[in-house]
Amino acid sequence: MSRDQQLQQQNVARTVRRVLLGLVLMVGFTIALVPLYDVFCEVTGLNGKTASSAQVVGGAPVDTGRRVEVQFVTRNAPGLPWRLDAMEQTVWVHPGEVALARFAFVNVGQELSSGRAVPSVSPSQGARYFRKMECFCFQEQWLEAGERSEMPLVFQIDPDLPEGVNKLTLAYTLYPQGQAIGGYHEQ
Amino acid sequence: MTSRSLPRPVVQQSASEATAGGAAAGHHAHQPRGLLRWVLTTNHKEIGTLYLLFALLMFFIGGTMALVVRAELFQPGMTFILPEFFNQMTTMHGLIMVFGAIMPAFVGLANWMVPVQIGAPDMALPRLNNFSFWLLPVSFTILLSTLFMEGGGPNFGWTFYAPLSTTYAPPSTSFFILAMHLAGISSILGAINIIATILNLRTPNMRLMDMPLFVWTWLITAFLLIAVMPVLAGVITMMLLDINFGTSFFDAAGGGDPVLFQHLFWFFGHPEVYIMILPAFGIVSAIVPTFARKRLFGYASMVYATASIAILSFVVWAHHMFTVGLPLTAQLFFMYSTMLIAVPTGVKVFNWIATLFRGSISFELPMLFSLAFIVQFTIGGLSGVMLAIAPADFQYHDTYFVVAHFHYVLVPGAVFAILAAAYYWLPKWSGVYPNVKLGLTHFWLSVIGVNLTFFPMHFSGLAGMPRRIPDYALQFADFNLLSSIGGFLFGISQLLFVAVVILCIRGKGEKAPAQAWEGAEGLEWTLPSPAPLHTFDTPPEFVPERDSPSRH
Amino acid sequence: MLQLLYRSCGLLLLLTGPALASAINTSSGWNMPPGVTDISREIYSLHMIIFWICVAIAVVVFGVMFWSLFVYRKSKGAKPAHFHENTTVEVIWTAIPLAILVIMAIPATATLKKIYDASDAEIDILVTGYQWRWHYQYLDQDISFFSNLGTPRSQILGEEDKGDFYLLEVDNPLVLPVGKKVRFLFTSNDVIHAWWVPDLAIKKDTIPGFINESWTIINEPGTYRGQCAELCGQDHAYMPIEVRAVTEEVWLSWLDEQRETAAAEAASGEREWTLAELNERGAGVYTTYCAACHQADGSGMPPAFPALRGNPVMTSAEGRDKHINAVLFGRPGTSMPGYGTTLSVNDLAAVITYERNAWGNDTGDAVQPSEIRALLDR
Ligand code: HEM
Ligand SMILES: [Cu+2]
Ligand SMILES: [Cu+2]
Repeated sequence: MSRDQQLQQQNVARTVRRVLLGLVLMVGFTIALVPLYDVFCEVTGLNGKTASSAQVVGGAPVDTGRRVEVQFVTRNAPGLPWRLDAMEQTVWVHPGEVALARFAFVNVGQELSSGRAVPSVSPSQGARYFRKMECFCFQEQWLEAGERSEMPLVFQIDPDLPEGVNKLTLAYTLYPQGQAIGGYHEQ
Repeated sequence: MTSRSLPRPVVQQSASEATAGGAAAGHHAHQPRGLLRWVLTTNHKEIGTLYLLFALLMFFIGGTMALVVRAELFQPGMTFILPEFFNQMTTMHGLIMVFGAIMPAFVGLANWMVPVQIGAPDMALPRLNNFSFWLLPVSFTILLSTLFMEGGGPNFGWTFYAPLSTTYAPPSTSFFILAMHLAGISSILGAINIIATILNLRTPNMRLMDMPLFVWTWLITAFLLIAVMPVLAGVITMMLLDINFGTSFFDAAGGGDPVLFQHLFWFFGHPEVYIMILPAFGIVSAIVPTFARKRLFGYASMVYATASIAILSFVVWAHHMFTVGLPLTAQLFFMYSTMLIAVPTGVKVFNWIATLFRGSISFELPMLFSLAFIVQFTIGGLSGVMLAIAPADFQYHDTYFVVAHFHYVLVPGAVFAILAAAYYWLPKWSGVYPNVKLGLTHFWLSVIGVNLTFFPMHFSGLAGMPRRIPDYALQFADFNLLSSIGGFLFGISQLLFVAVVILCIRGKGEKAPAQAWEGAEGLEWTLPSPAPLHTFDTPPEFVPERDSPSRH
Repeated sequence: MLQLLYRSCGLLLLLTGPALASAINTSSGWNMPPGVTDISREIYSLHMIIFWICVAIAVVVFGVMFWSLFVYRKSKGAKPAHFHENTTVEVIWTAIPLAILVIMAIPATATLKKIYDASDAEIDILVTGYQWRWHYQYLDQDISFFSNLGTPRSQILGEEDKGDFYLLEVDNPLVLPVGKKVRFLFTSNDVIHAWWVPDLAIKKDTIPGFINESWTIINEPGTYRGQCAELCGQDHAYMPIEVRAVTEEVWLSWLDEQRETAAAEAASGEREWTLAELNERGAGVYTTYCAACHQADGSGMPPAFPALRGNPVMTSAEGRDKHINAVLFGRPGTSMPGYGTTLSVNDLAAVITYERNAWGNDTGDAVQPSEIRALLDR
């Protein structure tokens, strides 16, 4: 092998190393995208997501000059013999005010089971202003057969909520827990 | 202008023409014969041929599926196949055409032409080259075999949105994921090889800005591949985990988000659509100057336009997601960035036309396909600009209007460019010119067929026909009838292309000289036709002031 | 052949004549429908502006191109010029498209902002996508129902002539008053669907676990048809949308009617039903809600959709609870939805009874509406 060719081989090896490094970086980037997306959603309210753990009460003064309607919607995903009802369909709050809404969970099935309510806020630009101090959606719930349980949602609408938004809908979808997908293969 | 019709100094290549002997070619000396030779080959030309033949085979398999789809859509009603099978056909058609036909065809062209255009003896990593090719037949055998598995093959569209492709997918989905992984690895390895070749194996004195545009566009495409293929691999791995290991990346039940899937997919997907068009730009930029007998207008701006398209393609992905409920600011951002990407695309078209302007134009087969490319691709680009207008996209999205758009850029666009490349370089590959009569028939039937198929789709889409449906309202019947007739015409006329290729392979036809086309520039035309198996074992002479496409 | 001839005539008519009498939307048959809301008209005019701009660009670009091809033919002895760059023209043809796009972006931005302002709506409707039907819930009126494909299967299979609104008709349309701001909330029970009504210019994805929103004010009474626009599985083509826009009085009386029907249903749920009654009603419910997957003859489409005929859950006494549970609450991670909150107890009891007696399942088992009521109200 001539010197030129040797040099060329070294250069090729260097290029390959660099491209592989780039490749590894992109793989890392892809993996990082998942948590980044969640953080991004929480910060911006993208896709109507709210924080997944309790937030502290915001200190801004209550804006008594403005009222916002908060509407609750509940839904059951397939597979959980529970009922979830919002005890109030809507509540009116002043931005900054700490408010409470109650939800009733009933297990109408024949055995102990667990479920989790997944929240979603619309319009999504309102999601980041929806602060939750206490919510059953932060963890999964267990109910005995026939058990009924009332659970509170303590929340606050941030006074920074954009002017145009005067109604927020919070939807809870109740999902069974501990079920892997592909469950239908088991008959 | 230094005319290329002047014979240039013939490059030394006695060593390469001998099958055995010569130090440089020594490692090729004991080549196996027959089938095994093709299996084990590390020669860039043979691997290029394998890629091209594989792509052609996939083009026909995917095309047959498209015709099954068009047959069902020939008239309203459930007439021919069941909806479930229809979904498998549309999905497989898309996957095979994208990953099995168009991408491998471009890789095949790169394998053949990049080394000879930069004066290199082979690709930088010949054994890796062999491996990346053979991954493809394995991948697509697996993919096709899913059709025969219990529950059928993939039925969730080539964009495989979760949760239709996870929780609700057929059991064969894990095999689909495996197949996509293999195809992805093949693309990545191919891209590494191409980058290493272009950056290191150029003949002395050839700077980057002296490279033919086909090489430039492929260099940029290869970087796009390196950047986005890992994202595709990541997203299908997450699907695999969701399906088999109980994670919930894309499942709201476990705290995941189906929309995350779409963000990841399109972060890959939009650059992917440019992966399928940039090399086509390179091809057309080679052919148009040849037959206009005039140098490419704006070489530098072509390179910059290609690079800016590639960079912008990373920040437009959510234009595929205008209806998922993005916040207003995101909607505006992606609308503006998508509109912006049309500008460098326009620059390219203007440059080609400026090349034609005051040229000396003749209409050989490669030129015909390239001119048709320019017109038809521009139609697709213009409908792309319409789609970029987010409020209007609420009406266009997921209708046949979108189907018309992307088929215009991909079939009369990318596929026509590939056909143009084949007609352009077949004399170099085989030593004979493609049969003109067959070629002309092929060209005109293809142009008529492709436009008859896809132009009416603009109308059915605007009038309200959603895509991916096996049955439709009576009001869409006429347009669908036309599309089906056009589809069969286009499909069947591709058999003529096979005839052209077979004639060339068997050496039937007018013998081509080294300089096969009068106005052609580039190192490939200094090689005899057909190009010998080993070329440029000693680097050819390259004088930028005389040979560079960017010379003054 | 004759059909072909007929079709080509139809096409000519389509391209030359006005909209057909049985138009499915306000489209001319080959262009975007202008629709019946202020937003839809704005979108239509945006579409037409950008369309004509594109046509103009195409005419100029292709004009220059074909003119060059014609004039500078080699066969005519054209000699090539030698220029190959020119910074001025390159700057110009970058700047002009940029300017056109900026001009386009201004009205597009304005329209988009309006579309995003759903404030002060008077009626809220929750639209839920199911494989393969829509469910509508009037959130403040306590009314909800499924909306299923209305086209009979015989038309789809070609055993009968297809009607004017083939595949675009439903059993229970969404009825809305004109002139009132309606806010839609969208979600899905299973996979992603998209709710699209061209005349309202609304297309929004319905995403399981998430909600989206959109709004409309319909200007003119009429029937507006649409379809699911996101691939959602096998029967994606068979889940149309029908919106009936009526005056406010008509709407109010329609609401009363709905409430009365619901009350009557509830009342008849108290009494004892005969096996024959249940089976008869159950057959209808089965065809509408179950047959797409489990097939009319109960044979299913394994592995995705299990067979019900001869299924031990349906044929044995031990399976009874499991059977009822599956129909009421669905099966997690599968296409099997729970109907407990969406169908009436009468429908539920009837369809369960039917499944336990049809296709040779023959258990003779009658499941009473009152039994279902008791289960759901626990
Ligand atoms: C001027 C440049 C272009 C613009 C502005 C543009 C814009 C768009 C937009 C906005 C969409 C989304 C439409 C929708 O789903 O509602 C789209 C779809 C698509 N475009 Fe383009 N496009 C351009 C060029 C291209 C090129 C060059 C290609 C490929 C060679 C391409 C391939 C596609 C494909 C495959 C889809 C549809 C993917 C799917 O949903 O299956 N586009 N384009
Ligand atoms: Cu895109
Ligand atoms: Cu659908």
